[in-house]
Amino acid sequence: MAKALQINHEKCTGCRLCELVCAVGHDGISNPIRSRIRVMKWEQEGVYIPMACQQCQDAPCLHGCPVGAISRNDVTATVEVDYEVCIGCRTCVSVCPFGGMSFNHIDNKVIKCDLCEGDPQCVRFCEVHAVEFVESADVSISKKRVAAERLYTADKKANALEAKAA
Amino acid sequence: MALNRKVAFIDLTTGEINIKPIPLEVRKKFLGGRGLDAYLLYNYAKKGCDPLGPDNALIISGGILTATCASATARTHVMAKSPLSGLLGSANMGGFFAPEMAWAGFHHLVITGKAEKPVYLFLHNGEIEIKDAANVWGKTTTETQWAIRKELGDEEVKACVIGPAGENLVTFANVMTGVKNAAGRTGMGAVMGSKNLKAVAARGTLDINIAHPKEAFEFNKRFIDQITSAKVNQTQGTLGTPFIWGATNSWGGLRTQNFQYNQLEYADDIEPERIDEIATETIGPYHMTGCFGCQVHCRAQYRIPTGPYAGKYDEGPEYTSQGAFGAEIGCRSAETVLAGNHLVDQYGMDNLETGSLISWAMELYEEGIIDDKQTDGLDLRFGNDEVALEMVRKIAYREGFVADALADGGIPASKKFGKNSFDYLIQVKGMSNLHSDERATPALALNIATASRGSDHLRSRPAIDLYHLPEKVLRKIYSSPIPYDGPLSSEHTSYEGKPWQVFWQENVYMGVDCLGICKYHTTFLGATLPNFEDWPKVLYYNTGLEFTPEELWTIAERCNMMERLFNLREGLKRNDPEKGDVLNHRYHDEPCRRGAPDVIGRVIEKDKFDKMVDEFYKYKGLDKNGRPTKTTLKRLGLEEEPSRLL
Repeated sequence: MAKALQINHEKCTGCRLCELVCAVGHDGISNPIRSRIRVMKWEQEGVYIPMACQQCQDAPCLHGCPVGAISRNDVTATVEVDYEVCIGCRTCVSVCPFGGMSFNHIDNKVIKCDLCEGDPQCVRFCEVHAVEFVESADVSISKKRVAAERLYTADKKANALEAKAA
Repeated sequence: MALNRKVAFIDLTTGEINIKPIPLEVRKKFLGGRGLDAYLLYNYAKKGCDPLGPDNALIISGGILTATCASATARTHVMAKSPLSGLLGSANMGGFFAPEMAWAGFHHLVITGKAEKPVYLFLHNGEIEIKDAANVWGKTTTETQWAIRKELGDEEVKACVIGPAGENLVTFANVMTGVKNAAGRTGMGAVMGSKNLKAVAARGTLDINIAHPKEAFEFNKRFIDQITSAKVNQTQGTLGTPFIWGATNSWGGLRTQNFQYNQLEYADDIEPERIDEIATETIGPYHMTGCFGCQVHCRAQYRIPTGPYAGKYDEGPEYTSQGAFGAEIGCRSAETVLAGNHLVDQYGMDNLETGSLISWAMELYEEGIIDDKQTDGLDLRFGNDEVALEMVRKIAYREGFVADALADGGIPASKKFGKNSFDYLIQVKGMSNLHSDERATPALALNIATASRGSDHLRSRPAIDLYHLPEKVLRKIYSSPIPYDGPLSSEHTSYEGKPWQVFWQENVYMGVDCLGICKYHTTFLGATLPNFEDWPKVLYYNTGLEFTPEELWTIAERCNMMERLFNLREGLKRNDPEKGDVLNHRYHDEPCRRGAPDVIGRVIEKDKFDKMVDEFYKYKGLDKNGRPTKTTLKRLGLEEEPSRLL
């Protein structure tokens, strides 16, 4: 079964190591604009959210591409750009609702997450597991658990209050 | 690549900007970061200049490895002649500024002169603009940063800024970036304020080529694994620096109520676990944050839970804020520590100096050396939380006689307060001591007495001396890369071998500051972390420059000597109580009153201390007066300073 990148932004410390290793891993160069993952920040509140391609099933970039340079690889579950065909028009950048498609203005080409051939380096380097690589079937199981835990904790608190009142 | 980052000379009086490459010859002698800053300062700050005058040079830099594929190259270094000590001013901070400056094309900025009206600098892909700062003058440190982003229309801009304290020339004002990253010692913010420079903003998208990317990449992974597997960093990543508090306080190593005690009693509310609880309650279970590329994530995020500042967001508090707003002023409430931390961050002033000077004023008040008339009726007794916080504000805005005097720094204030107020001032070279009490630890006492920027724990402290490591382990650490077969003692109360440890640490910290890496990634709190043996590889893979560990050691020695030369030029004398390598007399005269059996009753014995200084000088190649010998200068290639290679 194919795996997917799962981002748990509440765990992110905002260090941007993922950006560094993504850029150096792909291009051998340190420069955030070369990174396929970018951490968006609201420092005044301490909120950090890593953003990357979601490898959509019904990908707007794929549909929007006027020359058919973007395709979906069902084996790796990635959306891929064929640079032989790509004309660099950036339509894909315009239509992506996540900003998952970037444009590297130095090499003049669009770039996106390719899951590092099945071994995403952002995942490998992120010690706090804000970025994980999980079976597609499991993308929501941890969220379910967290949400369930909230209910469970609320229940316990409610019971304790009731007991106190009684 | 990293080596093609530039140095920019900016004269704010004339508006002239001169951008130059950094010659390889200079790199090989001083690497970058703090080491190269020291060289630039010696060359560009006029001898004997007024620290707050146009002839002082403010230098802002990243390390040679900043934003390369090395771990935690987040550090920004700031250097100038200090308005607090009149000697070397030097402060270092994490965050995201230095990497952004490197992507914008720069490693070092040398800022001289004084702008006619408030300005800020904008560095962008090899270019520098001087921009009007009228709209941000008067704003707090964070307000300034967000306003500059808005003005430039770019949320990715990173800036280092001053707050009201820097504008008001408080001699211990910070240069800051982000919410709480502070270049917070020696008053670099006041120097920036004196130049009418409110901020330096940066935004860059220039490539930094890595010399050997594959090797750098995999070595970085190994490096990070080594760093994050250290127990001390795992603890840092959970509790932050407050983790040091518990052990230090229960043991009796905490400077309390200025210098009256060495332990704060009944301090449960400011224990690290309590701070962690507040962070968890107000932010959530994942409340730690980190600097660029760092996996230690040692900074907590919090909102103040109660009181007049309830709901305010900030980061930390560091161990220093616990000390400054807890032990030193005798407060026991987390709320006071968190609020104090928030205020100094917003005004942009050094938490350590602020808390320390307030606690000094409190002792003077209780001793009757200053009175109600001078404090504007404020009851400056120890443990008065509200008054302490009010004093923070008054210092930032220089309101009232006592606060205004304190804003000038301890030594000038002691001249205004008169009587024997100077005797109570716990300082070295005009800079307040950390809220640690070094009377039971001669190694740490030697460290603060001889540190290049005045009393300080981040320039040469052998912190691992407190771990009682077996002598065999100590010898392994301290005999590399330079063989050492002199005495070493696992006993922290001993005077044996400590000068070598301090000398060794001085070089390690200089090394890491030249690279631009955080001290938590070297032999500071953790004994097993990378140093001279590992750095040649990181340097080679990232920059292509080849060094042996011994060569790097010599570079560190040279850079430290450059700082020493600056200090000597500006008036350092070995036994000068204001500018010397000495301790306050209370270290020698007043025994510790609290703490563990190995602490109670301890003093630093003056004759043994003097011998330690002699020995330390010998390792550094200094004569008995603390001046380098000709042989030393020749050995380090410094006999022709100022050499102006740049």
